[in-house]
Formats: sequence, structure tokens, C-alpha cells
Amino acid sequence: MLMCLAIPACVEQLINENYAVVNLGGIRKEISLALVEDVVLGDYVIVHVGFALQKLDQIEAERTLAMFAEISTLNQEDI
Amino acid sequence: MKYIDEFRTGTLAQKIATKIASEANTQRDYHFMEFCGGHTHAISRFGISDLLPDNVHLIHGPGCPVCVLPIGRVENAIRLAQTPGLILCSYGDMLRIPTATGMSLLKAKAQGADIRMVYSSADAIKIAQNNPQHQVVFFAIGFETTTPPTAVAIKQAQALGLNNFTVFCNHVLTPSAISHILQSAEVRQLGIVPLNGFIGPAHVSVVIGSQPYEYFAEEFQKPVVIAGFEPLDVMQAILMLLRQINTGRTEVENEFTRAVLPKGNLKAQRLVAEIFELRRVFEWRGLGLVPYSALKIKSCYAGFDAEQRFQIPALSIADNKACECGAILRGVKRPQDCKIFGTVCTPENPIGSCMVSSEGACAAHYSYGRFRDTNHATSKEN
Repeated sequence: MLMCLAIPACVEQLINENYAVVNLGGIRKEISLALVEDVVLGDYVIVHVGFALQKLDQIEAERTLAMFAEISTLNQEDI
Repeated sequence: MKYIDEFRTGTLAQKIATKIASEANTQRDYHFMEFCGGHTHAISRFGISDLLPDNVHLIHGPGCPVCVLPIGRVENAIRLAQTPGLILCSYGDMLRIPTATGMSLLKAKAQGADIRMVYSSADAIKIAQNNPQHQVVFFAIGFETTTPPTAVAIKQAQALGLNNFTVFCNHVLTPSAISHILQSAEVRQLGIVPLNGFIGPAHVSVVIGSQPYEYFAEEFQKPVVIAGFEPLDVMQAILMLLRQINTGRTEVENEFTRAVLPKGNLKAQRLVAEIFELRRVFEWRGLGLVPYSALKIKSCYAGFDAEQRFQIPALSIADNKACECGAILRGVKRPQDCKIFGTVCTPENPIGSCMVSSEGACAAHYSYGRFRDTNHATSKEN
């Protein structure tokens, strides 16, 4: 029951405008959507104390991962 | 899990570490403060310090909300919970914080006080709905991430016409705490905390955005890199800070672009602005009285303010003398510098607040780092 840690979770079911069920690594949990807008099924949201705080930008996530990978190729070139 | 595992890849972490080692100037030291408790936890859990060269130092900041709440406010919550017929709802992390007399919410509960552990402010609303004959108080604590959920609860209580629900508000603000550390006498005069840059908080920034940090970068000439909670995020942020320093830049950069926008979450900010206003001053554990660093409920929502409905005296209670939580929260001391760390004070029987929450510097070091120091010493001897 960690209050402060927040994790990305996939929206699996929209209950109504303000509530959704997310999948947190196999655990299904009802969360509030009161703080976010335009969430659709399949979106990833950052969940914190039972609330979605923000939609996760999947394109930006890929970009950050690509940046890490770039570092790793640069390193290989160094060697 | 998607968006977690790929940000924890060990081989990539090693690659970033190699990059950090090759770019760090061996003629100088780098001191970076991670403000947020989530980062403190990640750094200890994933052994990030072990991946850094000896001249790159990480200093734990005061970003664990459970740790910075002064004992007086915990005492207030315990007394509230002991009011006959009252139900106190609290996040689980708060229950084991000991007061000066060794009391805690958990012990008060064992003695019969009606204290309910909740995961969300929404749970507190349900408890108030189900117990109309009881006063229900939500013990609201935390930084900018937990404040919007509290605001939602107050709006819900209003919409439902709940007259038995109030909030004991202890929400605090990140930028004020960072300013306070940078302006504190210890930093200015004694130079005990030589800070070269900040790892900006992840989820606080999701809410407030990256713009509020621009003040620090300009005013204090300190670079800030906002980082996600995963180990690769933290490693990358360290590399970005190092590069800023090596090239003489002091900017706000955002590594956590997948969740942090420059303006943050405007819907959440609007809700917070509607319900809360600044307190002139608020006491922080370790930092003392910090002006304009916390929020209170606006008078138009006074009906939902526990401080209006109940007698809640201002209590200023000193920490246990042996406890170094204050210095640890200011980044002046490390957990292992405290005499009672790991002996008298343990996660099972905490004396200070930093040992309670898993994000507290002491609890994180106890769980993941306490054998590291001795191992390091041994390997160097060998």
C-alpha cells in the first residue's frame, strides 16, 4: 500500500465518464478519471492513489527508449 | 509490465553508466539532489549509486511526504481519531509514524480509535456515505500529486451533500521546499550541501509541469532535469545534468516527456486552485517554518475543513534528540550518519519518520543499501 509511488496502467474498461478499470500487471483495479480528459480504451495512464494523473504519451515513451538505445550504439562505436 | 520493464534493462543501464563515467570530469565532484522520495526509493532499490563514478554524488532531498510532516500534525490526527464517534481515514503510510511519546495512529487504533486505512480519497467519501451518524475526517497529506485527489473528494462531498465529511489538510508544495533548501543558511553560509543540480520529481511534475522549475534554473543557476521513476530514467537524467554542468548551462530539461508537459495537468491545477489557497507558513520536519509552502481549504469550502469544525491546536513538538531525520531531510547527513540507524531505529520499530515510509531515505537505505557500505569497505581493503 504505497501512497506515493505511481505506475503506468492500461485502461481495460470504461465504466462511465469518471471511472475506469485498469490492469496493473494482472491486477484489475477501478480508478477515477476525474483528473484527466479524453481517455479511451487501450490508453496507458499514470495511476496514483486511485486516480489517473495523466495519459502516458506512447510516442514520447518510444522516443525516450530510442534515446537510450542510441546511447548504447554510440558506446559500441566508442569500443 | 509495459512501460516499466523496458525502463529497467540492466544492459542499457550499464551503457548509460559508461557514458556518465566517460563524460564526468575527474578533476571535480558533482552533487545532485533527488528531491522526490520515489527517486530515493528507486536509487536505493536498483543500486544506482553503484553504477556511478566516485565523484558523482546523489543527495537525498525532502520529497517524502510522510517524512516531512511534523510530529505536531500527527499528534493532532491521533487526538482527532480519539474523539468518540469520529472515523479518521488515512493513507497507510501514515499509520506507523511515532510521536514523541511513542504513540502512533496504529497504536491508537489498537486502543480502540476508529482509524481506517484508505488507498484513495474516494474510499473516504464512501466511508462517510456509509456512516452518516459519524463524523468522518480524511487525513490529507502529500505533495502536488495527492492534492488534486483531495480536491475531487471535497467536490464529491459537496455534490453528495455530505455534512459529516471533512478534510484535515496537510498538503505541501514542492517548489517552496526546493527554494527553502537553496536559501537555507546551511547552504548559503556554510556550504555544507554543495548542490550542483536537481533531479526533478516525476509525478509532481506530471501535475505542475516543467515550468515552475525555470525559476530555480535562473535564480539559483542550478540545472534541473525532470526524470521518470524507473532506473534508466534516473541514469539518463544524471547524464543530462552532467552535460549541462560540463557545458555551463543551467536549464530545465525534461527526461520524462512521456508524462510531463510544460504546463502539467491543467484540469488538476484548476481544481486545486478552486478549493485550496496558500497558508502563510507551515512547519516542515527538518526544514522548520517555511513560508507559503502549504495549502489550506478556502473559506467558501469551510464546511469541509476539519480545522474549522474541530479544535485542532497548533502543536510544535521537537524530534527525538537521537534522531537525525531533520539533517537527513535537508541533505546535510546520510542515514548511516545517524547513531540509531539500523540499531534502535528500524522499519519494524521506527523512531524517526525517514524510517517509516518506503520512500524515506533511511528505510530505503535500510532495505537496499545497509550492507553495501561494509561490502565496499571490505572490497577496498582486499
